[in-house]
Amino acid sequence: MSIEPILFYLFSAVLVFAALLVISVKNPVFAALFLVLAFFTSAAIWMLLEAEFLSIVLVLVYVGAVMVLFLFVIMMLDINLTPLREGFIRYLPVGIFVAVLILVEIAMVVGPANFGLQQIAAPAGHPADYSNTAALGDVLYTVYVYPFEIAAVILLVAIIAAISLTMRRRPQTKYQNPAEQVNVRRANRVRMVKMTAEKREP
Amino acid sequence: MIALSDFLVLGAVLFCISLAGIFLNRKNLIILLMSIELMLLAVNINFIAFSHYLNELSGQIFVFFILTVAAAEAAIGLAILIVLFRNRHTINVSHLDTLKG
Repeated sequence: MSIEPILFYLFSAVLVFAALLVISVKNPVFAALFLVLAFFTSAAIWMLLEAEFLSIVLVLVYVGAVMVLFLFVIMMLDINLTPLREGFIRYLPVGIFVAVLILVEIAMVVGPANFGLQQIAAPAGHPADYSNTAALGDVLYTVYVYPFEIAAVILLVAIIAAISLTMRRRPQTKYQNPAEQVNVRRANRVRMVKMTAEKREP
Repeated sequence: MIALSDFLVLGAVLFCISLAGIFLNRKNLIILLMSIELMLLAVNINFIAFSHYLNELSGQIFVFFILTVAAAEAAIGLAILIVLFRNRHTINVSHLDTLKG
């Protein structure tokens, strides 16, 4: 028995365990950290599938950027957790029922009867000098160059939307206006008043 | 050897766990967003498994675009969450009833 099935089942067990804890722990910070664990293990599973570039991208983009953003938001907001947990027990039976039902249905379709090794044989692995990144880049910059540009525009729109949503101007805050400061003239500040000298009262 | 169905069933298990998460944590907007991320991860596992077993790179390209869109979605979702918390001082989904007719 080769090492790959052992690794697959190990990582799958960790992944399912982490996903179960993401949806069931009380503290959202722990949920975010277990989601990080889930992303790491699924990156390892993608490695087993010879998608090296995407597994590194998953770690960089998701663990490095998106989950850090999640953690920032969770820790910045002062959330009262108790009312957010209500309904957990009440919806537990129906949630488990629906999830198991859908799981059984999907497993009947994609199970070993339809997608087993007899139907789709495991492909021979690529040679050691095969570069997944180079192959992906070859396709990405030729066939899929237009969707690639659109993805860039989507990211730009997301940046602008996120900044414009969260930027706020407080009316009571005092700002300096450098243009007005530079533009000021002496006449705007000082007024010369002509008057005759007066004798001081004794 | 690992069959394609193993990866597909793993994706299905992950999808159903995140679906149950949406059912169970329907008050907590943050956990809802995390469940959506988990769902996208399950879909990505399916795409990459098919891409590997059919020896076709388009699946990985699609995962690339899903990652892009999911990152944008997470950023905008969290921005909306922050604005919401600033205005309502809660992220409880059941309190978001201002638009009720």
